[in-house]
Amino acid sequence: MTEELKNNNEILLSIRGLEVNFHTYRGIIQAVRSVSFDIKKGETLALVGESGCGKSVTAHAINQLIPMPPGKIDKGEIFFEGKDLLKLSEKEIRAYRGDKISMIFQEPMTSLNPVFKIGKQIADVFMTHHKISKKEAWDRAVRLLELVKIPSPASRANSYPHQLSGGMRQRAMIAMALASPEPGLMIADEPTTALDVTIQAQILRLLAELKAEIEMSVLLITHDMGVVAETADRVVVMYAGRKVEEAEVHDLFEHPGHPYTLGLLNSLPSNEKYKGQTRLEAITGQVPDLLTIGLWCPFENRCKYAKDICRKEFPEKTEVEPGHSIWCHQVGKLD
Amino acid sequence: MVRFLIKRLSLLIPTLLGVVTLVFFMIALSPGDPARVMLGERANKQQLETLRAELGLDQPLGTQYGLYLKRMVRFDFGKSIKTGRPVMEEISNLYPATIELAFFAMIFAATIGIIIGVLSATRKNTWIDFTSMVGALFGVSMPVFWLALVLIMIFSVGLDLLPTGSRMNVRYYFESITNFYVIDAIILLIREGDPKYLSSAVKHLILPSVALGTIPLAIIARVTRSSMLEVLTQDYIKTARSAGIKESRVVYRYALKNALLPVITIIGLQFGLLLSGAILTETIFAWPGLGKWLYHAIEARDYPAVQGGVIIISTTFVLINLVVDILYTLVNPKIRLQ
Repeated sequence: MTEELKNNNEILLSIRGLEVNFHTYRGIIQAVRSVSFDIKKGETLALVGESGCGKSVTAHAINQLIPMPPGKIDKGEIFFEGKDLLKLSEKEIRAYRGDKISMIFQEPMTSLNPVFKIGKQIADVFMTHHKISKKEAWDRAVRLLELVKIPSPASRANSYPHQLSGGMRQRAMIAMALASPEPGLMIADEPTTALDVTIQAQILRLLAELKAEIEMSVLLITHDMGVVAETADRVVVMYAGRKVEEAEVHDLFEHPGHPYTLGLLNSLPSNEKYKGQTRLEAITGQVPDLLTIGLWCPFENRCKYAKDICRKEFPEKTEVEPGHSIWCHQVGKLD
Repeated sequence: MVRFLIKRLSLLIPTLLGVVTLVFFMIALSPGDPARVMLGERANKQQLETLRAELGLDQPLGTQYGLYLKRMVRFDFGKSIKTGRPVMEEISNLYPATIELAFFAMIFAATIGIIIGVLSATRKNTWIDFTSMVGALFGVSMPVFWLALVLIMIFSVGLDLLPTGSRMNVRYYFESITNFYVIDAIILLIREGDPKYLSSAVKHLILPSVALGTIPLAIIARVTRSSMLEVLTQDYIKTARSAGIKESRVVYRYALKNALLPVITIIGLQFGLLLSGAILTETIFAWPGLGKWLYHAIEARDYPAVQGGVIIISTTFVLINLVVDILYTLVNPKIRLQ
């Protein structure tokens, strides 16, 4: 496997059989269970699922920012440019953070340090990874603010976070994430959730433009199918710690293969079937408790296609068409 | 920033006026006749009335208040009944000793307290955390006089390392210039090149500072710990970590600057308390400070002295609060720009 990955120049990041557990007083919470996927160079991969499905934990496992303890990566490999990140020491992984693997977060209001100037916070990232002078780092920070289209960047660099609007702050966050010569992977953890819709569109456009300019891959974590449709190339759907479907974005929206994905798409207000209707369709039931969850399919209790076998074992991968796989016992047409 | 300062300084005047007024009425309303106290039980009516007229006590309260305010503006607190010397002169001899002691106690408490607080927050639920928090609990609950005596027993009597009391080796010929002995000693060191004064002044400060600073230290450590624990869970700390910034820098720069706000408040309040509440420490270490003097003044109903002492201490308190506010703005840009 390792050899194959090393030789594959297409793939930037490869997660293999990742298992993350949280060891709490109440017991072991199985947050991520044998999840595998690849991100190609220059690609935007969306990781989709509802709150608590393990998408953020998976993303945080990449640069190992899971609070440990109680979190623990119990199994798996994460290859980045052919190197297993999980085998690196804390000091070695730190060199990746903010340099080749950067992150932007959900809450632009709280994700920037309130007591330092924007420019200073970005310059600090430069100075962490490169031997450059304060002046030089500051100048580069201003140039980045310009790149993310913040008006009058030189004076904005002197602002404190509370002087900027939510959208501006998210732009500043993105600038901070770009503070390296070659951002390999940008992990965007719900980058638009806390913003209002017009700003959301602006930020997504900005990310798309940046991707065209800089060679980088984006791992987009979101629960918003609208955002997925707009930005992603490929989609991985997660449910209760398991990967349940993986497809090109077009295929996923056209022919969802997993009942859960279908449920997600059906609950979109923009779905055609709601024309003239006022009520949305929701997925009935509740997410199973991750403390007591069994080895069978986690969606079984909410799935209208559930059969006996669904309560016995977790399905194997089924490739429904090239590049489109589902993990479900119900293969075939869903209605 | 300049506008903030002007605004803040202009607020000082009503605050100080309030302090001065409160002190006046508290003393005017308190039972006991100053003239009687001064002249003793055997004084006759005539003598009492003469003295009352001299002190202005026969005037209506309003007139007395007006006269009092006039004197206060000139920092004229009158003469001490007990010693007959101007109150201001006595205070300016004694207060520097108290300020010096409180200052060093606070430096000791703040540096050690913040370090302990940060260490136990970053190593939450380890033995370092438990030991320092149990130690802090001991620190808060320890009576100062007992701690002072134990310190003297160990370091002065037992190990013979540090002096038991007073401010300077009595055998040195030492004439004070500012009444802050450390500053005086530094001046002497520069002028005469003799470090013995400085080393003696510092040595005399160590034990009383530790005794006086232990309670504030414990409080500061606890406040720093809880404030740090809260800040370390904030999103911007995760941002800093995800940007690859070193953990030590994340803690001591990104987190601590945010966590310091409540700590600065506590340091200011504690400093004010130390200035007025150092009586026990001053007594045990024979420290010629204001606390002990004020205590005796109250006992002797030395009204001018009490008045002067209380006003000076409250004024200092108000000024410390001003400094705290200014420090706030330096740490937190949100306040600065409002």
